[in-house]
Amino acid sequence: MIEPLLEALQFEFMQHALLAGILVSFAAGIIGSLIVVNRMVFLAGGIAHTSYGGIGLAVYFGLPIFLGASLFAVGAALLIAALTLKKRHRMDTFIGLIWAVGMAIGVIFVDLTPGYNVDLMGYLFGSILAVSTQDLYFMVGLLVLILAVVTLRYRDILAVSYDSEYAGLRGVNVRFFYTLILILSALTVVIAIKVVGLILVIAMLTIPVYIAEKLSSSLFSMMFLSGAIATLFTLVGLWFSYVYDLTSGASIIMVSAVSLGVFLLFTHKKT
Amino acid sequence: MPIIEIHNLSFAYESQVVLENINLQVEEKDFLAIIGPNGGGKSTLLKLMLGINEYQEGTIKVLGNAPKKSLSHIGYVPQNTNVNTDFPIKVIEVVMMGHVDGKRPLFGYSKDEILCASGALEQVGMADFAQTKIGSLSGGQRQRVMIARALCAHPRILILDEPTSSIDITGQREIYELLRELNKHITIIVVSHDISVILEYANKAAHVNKTLSYHDISDKKSTFHQHGNNEHFCEIELLQMLGSDNCDTCEDTNPKWSLKP
Repeated sequence: MIEPLLEALQFEFMQHALLAGILVSFAAGIIGSLIVVNRMVFLAGGIAHTSYGGIGLAVYFGLPIFLGASLFAVGAALLIAALTLKKRHRMDTFIGLIWAVGMAIGVIFVDLTPGYNVDLMGYLFGSILAVSTQDLYFMVGLLVLILAVVTLRYRDILAVSYDSEYAGLRGVNVRFFYTLILILSALTVVIAIKVVGLILVIAMLTIPVYIAEKLSSSLFSMMFLSGAIATLFTLVGLWFSYVYDLTSGASIIMVSAVSLGVFLLFTHKKT
Repeated sequence: MPIIEIHNLSFAYESQVVLENINLQVEEKDFLAIIGPNGGGKSTLLKLMLGINEYQEGTIKVLGNAPKKSLSHIGYVPQNTNVNTDFPIKVIEVVMMGHVDGKRPLFGYSKDEILCASGALEQVGMADFAQTKIGSLSGGQRQRVMIARALCAHPRILILDEPTSSIDITGQREIYELLRELNKHITIIVVSHDISVILEYANKAAHVNKTLSYHDISDKKSTFHQHGNNEHFCEIELLQMLGSDNCDTCEDTNPKWSLKP
């Protein structure tokens, strides 16, 4: 069982896949924690799907896909931040709208691109075996940025996430940190698209986090535990995907879901 | 000089007038109870004092300044501390959120801040729970933690919004005993439904229902206690004591308590 894996690791694309899996899992664990404690899961789903608009535009204009998707996702995040800070009670309507419009823009621009047969499935369900060196740089850069923000501004992020009204009274700039969390979520979603695809990204941002939340007594430990759990799921998922020739993104999500089921069964028995 | 001064204050959400022509003075070391019906504007008045809402007319001065400028002297305990109980956070971390932005270390918390937060927990009798996850505390214990968080900034005024709404009777008494103790050094303002309990501890009461009627009740304490060993008394008597105009059933029952201004 292990031997074919070691054999596979001699290929560069497999090394890239492993590295990308680890980087993205850690980013997703940390940012997923913030998304869950801030009750932004639906919001992150909206941003993930909207970013397909960026992919379509990038394809049409011949730009790097990551750049197009990132800009579009960050744009969507800013729009959602502005709308939710103003009209909180209509938030779900706006997110649903942005979600669908983003995807529609993507589909139309791919249609308009002459002679282009883009592998749509690759974006929807991930294409971890096609990670380039450039992609890896982008992932490392984002993970470093995320780590810097959550360690240096941990207190502000904690205060805003736990009780934003009180944080505001104690002089924390709530709007700024709320927007920052959304922007980091958008960028994380974009790199996670490579690994699990934009449809499955929500599972990656929430399943490890759910398990970690039950086992943690601080946000900090929750973030890093989520990262570790997500990495484990990704590696096991990749192994299944390689050995049984399955789509990697779907394998990772199924490994996560089955593990969550087992976890719930065991923790349920205890109580 | 009064610690809080409100003059001719009016406030409206869009076209709906919530508070009209409010005048109120709070002196140092007062224990002011703000009572009144739901939707009468009690919480709104608190939020104006904290500078969360902007008012349209009149003035509010807290320690001689605009509310936003005096925030570091105000400790605030919000309503509903039962939200977000799944959040993975320890009691001590919640309390340390009370610190006002000052010198901060690059990572984590400074020794002074931890000492100060531990001191605040000690003050409210929750020192043993510093490392406990906030979600595993009872409602009353959580409320104490929120008071400790407010005390962390060494406030001169402590403002509490419905501090006992989700706590059992024993827990409520303990919270009010704690507030009485704190009141030796700090001015306290409490919004509450529970008028009978609060009047036992407060020295002043303000009834807010769009307008505000204000009463010094410190000299009425003796009257309360003549009421026998049952320290609670009926709402009709209370409303009468506070000069409620629409309480005509109690007009003649005990006129010596009438405090109509």
